[in-house]
Amino acid sequence: MSKNEILAAIRRNKPTGAVLPSIPTFPEGKASPVVTFITMVETGGGQVIRASGPGALQAAIENRFPDAKRIASPIPGVKSNVALGAIHSPSELEPVDVAVISGRLGVAENGAIWVTEEDCIHRVLPFITQHLFLLLDEAAIVHNMHQAYEQIQVDASGFGLFIAGPSKTADIEQSLVIGAQGARSLTVVLEPPLTSG
Amino acid sequence: MKEHAQKSAEFIRDESRTDWHDEALWFVRSKRDRAAHSIAEWEQLRELASQVKDNVLAHLDQYLEQFEANAQRNGVHVHWAADAAEHNRIVHSILEKHNVQRLVKSKSMLTEECHLNEYLTERGVEVVDTDLGERIIQLKEEPPSHIVMPAIHLKKEEVGELFHQKLHTEKGASDPQYLTEAARQHLRQKFLAAGAAITGVNFAVAETGGVVVCTNEGNADMGVHLAPVQIHCMGIEKIIPRAEHLGIFTRLLARSATGQPITIYTSHYHRPKVNGEMHIVIVDNGRTTQLGRADFRNSLKCIRCGACMNTCPIYRRSGGHSYGYTIPGPIGSILTPGIDLKKYSGLPFASTLCGSCSDVCPVKINIHEQLYRWRQVIVREGHLPPAKRQGMKWAGKVLSNPGWYNSLGKLTRWALRQLPRPFLYNSFNEWGRDRELPQPPRQSFKEWYQNKKTEK
Repeated sequence: MSKNEILAAIRRNKPTGAVLPSIPTFPEGKASPVVTFITMVETGGGQVIRASGPGALQAAIENRFPDAKRIASPIPGVKSNVALGAIHSPSELEPVDVAVISGRLGVAENGAIWVTEEDCIHRVLPFITQHLFLLLDEAAIVHNMHQAYEQIQVDASGFGLFIAGPSKTADIEQSLVIGAQGARSLTVVLEPPLTSG
Repeated sequence: MKEHAQKSAEFIRDESRTDWHDEALWFVRSKRDRAAHSIAEWEQLRELASQVKDNVLAHLDQYLEQFEANAQRNGVHVHWAADAAEHNRIVHSILEKHNVQRLVKSKSMLTEECHLNEYLTERGVEVVDTDLGERIIQLKEEPPSHIVMPAIHLKKEEVGELFHQKLHTEKGASDPQYLTEAARQHLRQKFLAAGAAITGVNFAVAETGGVVVCTNEGNADMGVHLAPVQIHCMGIEKIIPRAEHLGIFTRLLARSATGQPITIYTSHYHRPKVNGEMHIVIVDNGRTTQLGRADFRNSLKCIRCGACMNTCPIYRRSGGHSYGYTIPGPIGSILTPGIDLKKYSGLPFASTLCGSCSDVCPVKINIHEQLYRWRQVIVREGHLPPAKRQGMKWAGKVLSNPGWYNSLGKLTRWALRQLPRPFLYNSFNEWGRDRELPQPPRQSFKEWYQNKKTEK
């Protein structure tokens, strides 16, 4: 069997030693992670809006895409007219204009946002939609990828991903084009942390 | 096979195009520099990445077994392939079982290495590459010329003409925005119709049994989440021990590759979707042999960022196709001799040994040192071309004999001054084919020194 052959060949040929290094804590930088995060999302071709409460989120969606016909979102308070629970085949999501999904965590150094299958309901939703909104709690922004992987558990969901902007390509003469195979735009809606009282 | 030097000569015949290619890649290298310099701990990250990969190579068997056990626990089917043929058979059998006629693929250098597309096409499966660059070269029926930017050798006008013929875009249209939109519409139909999706793998996490795939276009995910069957093909060296190591590698990969702080999508696949099936094919295809070569095993640490190509003065001016292998450039030149020493014996010489490749490598592979070491092996095994071999032999004799060295030096200085051009520039003079011979000095340093000494 190939498995045993491959493993036997590895055991014959592999080097010895080499301990696994421990990852140190890197300096966090002086800038506020929220400010860096916003800059990085914008550098990656995304937009950032600050809004609090479902009303402001709904207004932001309508404001940016007044002509959107099909809006899909599992977030309570967002006017979704696509019944995500009634979708049987993911290809039925092809006509979606705008998807609004919650992100779990943001990373300042690169503007990436961790999103899980549970947030999407259907794994293909953040890709197949023409435009994507990601809702993120400002307090859930960390400085770097090390902190991010410390906080998330990658196998807690069957599928999880970092999204750092709209789909893009530079495969034709290195010219940047936004809107390759996935969403044509990304709008990050930052929710300020709840103030007490 | 034509030598790298011959194919490069064809490439550089078009001077303005060579300059354009050179500048396009240097632009990417410059972006990489800016991205790397923005991180204070960059060098520390490279060292960590290198150490993690050293540890992986030393415990590869354990990590692979751990990975398999965890993936199976996650409900994933794991397959092992000793070589390209077995890999292709396994993929085909999965497709056959599900009666898949249409397949979408995202970028995978491994499946290129195994020539999977040809294998499946011959068996009646429609294979569509969905990364824009890969789709372009697939329609053009060419191999990729770069591992990150497969169509970097093509001009937009050429892509425009190709799309006009194949996708019926407007004649003469070459705006990248327009062409990308046409590809988007074309590929959407392919995604929706596919019965299975194949991706490569950037990282496979032993601790969790999942795989990570990085793209900018979102094509891997469009394929994987729409098709009922997902297949991820990986070389054995893609393993990393724990999820926390993704922190190191995701910080290095995109910055080294394109100068982005991270790819737009970094997808972590751990379990099949509802009503879906997930397969992982683990492939050796010569990698365990390379693991046994102490001088060259470090090449297995490669994370396929392409930085060594973008920086290489030879690659930039000879193009990826001149290397004659799926993975071109400096890293390709140290991987290929291990696959077929005779066939690829020219590639370790396609380098100035300047060391820039080693300097930008995010996992600190000593690429230029390995190039030098492969040259020794090639000479020892007798794969040097006769002209070079004879030249080396005679140079060795002359350089080790002071008498011969002195008289030959004198003779050469005389010849360069006195003999007519055709005696000096002919088929025996490889060097002089593209270069002028130097102006001979009146005397050698040795003679000058002797004269000075007697003057005193």
